[in-house]
Amino acid sequence: MDIQFFIELFFGGLTRGSIYALIAIGYTLVYGIIELINFAHGEIYMLGAFTALLVAGALGVYGFPTESILLISALVAVIWCSAYGFTVEKIAYKPLRGAPRLSPLISAIGMSIFLQNYVLLAQTSDFVPFPRLLPPMEFLEYIDYIMGPSDFLILIASALSMGALTLFIRFTKMGKAMRATAQNRKMALLLGINADRIISLTFVIGSALAALGGVLIASHMGQVNFGIGFIAGMKAFTAAVLGGIGSIPGAMVGGLTLGLAESYTTGYFSGNYEDILAFAILILILIFRPDGILGKAKVQKV
Amino acid sequence: MSRISKAFFTALWFMLLTLPVMGIKLNLMENRVDWRLDRVLYLGVAAFFLSMLWTWLFSRKKRNLPLIKAPAFIKIDFYGLSANRAVRRGFFASLILGLIAVPLLASFYQTNIMISAMLYIMLALGLNIVVGLAGQLVLGYVAFYAVGAYAYGLLHQYFGFGFWICLPVGGILAALFGLGLGFPVLRLRGDYLAIVTLGFGEIARLAMLNWTSLTGGPRGISDIPRPGFFGIPLNINEATIYIYYLALIAVCLTVVVVLRLKNSRVGLALQAVREDEIASEAMGIDITRAKLSAFALGSCWAGFAGVIFAAKTTFINPASFTFMESAMILSMVVLGGMGSISGVIIAAVILIMAPEYLRAFSEYRMLIFGAIMVLMMIFRPQGLVSGEKRDYQVSALARKEADAQ
Repeated sequence: MDIQFFIELFFGGLTRGSIYALIAIGYTLVYGIIELINFAHGEIYMLGAFTALLVAGALGVYGFPTESILLISALVAVIWCSAYGFTVEKIAYKPLRGAPRLSPLISAIGMSIFLQNYVLLAQTSDFVPFPRLLPPMEFLEYIDYIMGPSDFLILIASALSMGALTLFIRFTKMGKAMRATAQNRKMALLLGINADRIISLTFVIGSALAALGGVLIASHMGQVNFGIGFIAGMKAFTAAVLGGIGSIPGAMVGGLTLGLAESYTTGYFSGNYEDILAFAILILILIFRPDGILGKAKVQKV
Repeated sequence: MSRISKAFFTALWFMLLTLPVMGIKLNLMENRVDWRLDRVLYLGVAAFFLSMLWTWLFSRKKRNLPLIKAPAFIKIDFYGLSANRAVRRGFFASLILGLIAVPLLASFYQTNIMISAMLYIMLALGLNIVVGLAGQLVLGYVAFYAVGAYAYGLLHQYFGFGFWICLPVGGILAALFGLGLGFPVLRLRGDYLAIVTLGFGEIARLAMLNWTSLTGGPRGISDIPRPGFFGIPLNINEATIYIYYLALIAVCLTVVVVLRLKNSRVGLALQAVREDEIASEAMGIDITRAKLSAFALGSCWAGFAGVIFAAKTTFINPASFTFMESAMILSMVVLGGMGSISGVIIAAVILIMAPEYLRAFSEYRMLIFGAIMVLMMIFRPQGLVSGEKRDYQVSALARKEADAQ
């Protein structure tokens, strides 16, 4: 076996996997608290990529220096997508608290279709090129066959943001409130936690991470389209389920596992089947071990 | 006043929110940015009024008032009328006569639209068995439609089979696929089931796309023959009219079967499973059997519709069987009212016909579908026509209670 090729695939998988993990965290957070598969989450990721593209393009036209453009556009994308996540929750999910379980799911599917077509109508149905914003990094030169500047950025940015999230959940008061709400919403309400605000916060955090993922992947792949959210969302959801939905470390493990699995299948077999692989993993996991790698088995109560 | 200020701030929020995506249009050829602030402004005005409407609708919903009250002068007692046998018969007879007359009066183009409306009615009624009656949310329904269409396409391409052999074969194959999907997902419920079926649908589409040696990949299968009329070759106009009548018969058959199914033992079992799985199991319903029969029956109709679709278009490729198609069929069921047959038919006709006749509407079609799905769930989860639930009264008990009072 060619060891260099193996390593190359490993890092390719890692890059991919950390993006999946970033999006998967949004699914897992929301599912952990209101047991809803937030179908529109993939679209938030797409909106993030699109917002960053538009802002970066506009800044480029007005002649901002390249280094600041990526930072500003990423920041704008993250802020705006948090707002989108917040709004989506207020419109499509909040009125449905306490409704039968399928109602919010159908509402989420509707929201996803709506957002996709909103971008399609407001912008374009074509693939739009994402400007090259990353400066070449000299210290990466002698390993450039494994890692380009964008891979490096993805690994660093996702590791940092996931680390920050873990610290936030574990050590801040808000994080504690989130964990309490996830464990038992009624009890949390009784203890004076504003559950509505926690749910909104969950959506904001999840959307911010998804937007970050969107910006990173857009600068990595170099093009954006209104439809990229669906497949990315499905894969991230697969990652969340793979790791055990509701668990944050699970989402990270699941994302990396899925990324590596995809990378190796593409490298050693064929790229045609990479999407099928993700869906097949999803189905097998849901059928045979619905609690994922790190999840705890739930006992069904009557 | 607070309502107005609230609407005002909502409008501001939406204007800010949509600023980048709506407001910025990059013109990279000439290296300039077109700010389309007028659009953002229109959107703000729309958001203002929609927000007022939203709060008003919510206040009505909270007080359990009907959302829209029909004005008094058109208050016709629909329920009384529909209970009248003669009126009902007259209505259905004229409806059928009208439908029979369509291809004789309407143009080729309009007949084609009617055919696709009927195919969607079949699909929506089929999905209604699974989602509406049995309460199993299936998101990959279009896969069964594809199985039917590809069954005809492939059987014709490799073995030269005709339409009439493929019609039952397509239905049976789709039903088998439904069973094949049904077995492993029996234990799953609700949202997990939805996701697994979505994954199944996507796998089916990707397989069609990538298994080039069998299915022709993205190029699809072309030159699928239209059905022959007892061996007499038909030209394209005649064939379309012929397919129209076939589809009409198929729809009538579907309606009859679904109506009979709904009140049959199996149908009642399905509805019981929908309401409460555990309780119905305790009442002696074989849940496995009930669910599997729902899957098989539902997907069987999709298979029939698929064969007719392939015969109508004479060309199929994986692009016709995307998730959006499943979502559209689902939104028909949701809009019409889960479990209600007439509602689903009305919704299918509206959703197919409206984009064809309102050209301005067609561009915004999917946007509106999405919005409809959200709004229906919030304001009218039972759909346009709520699926009638059976009402049982224990007459002896009721009499006793009446006597006691």
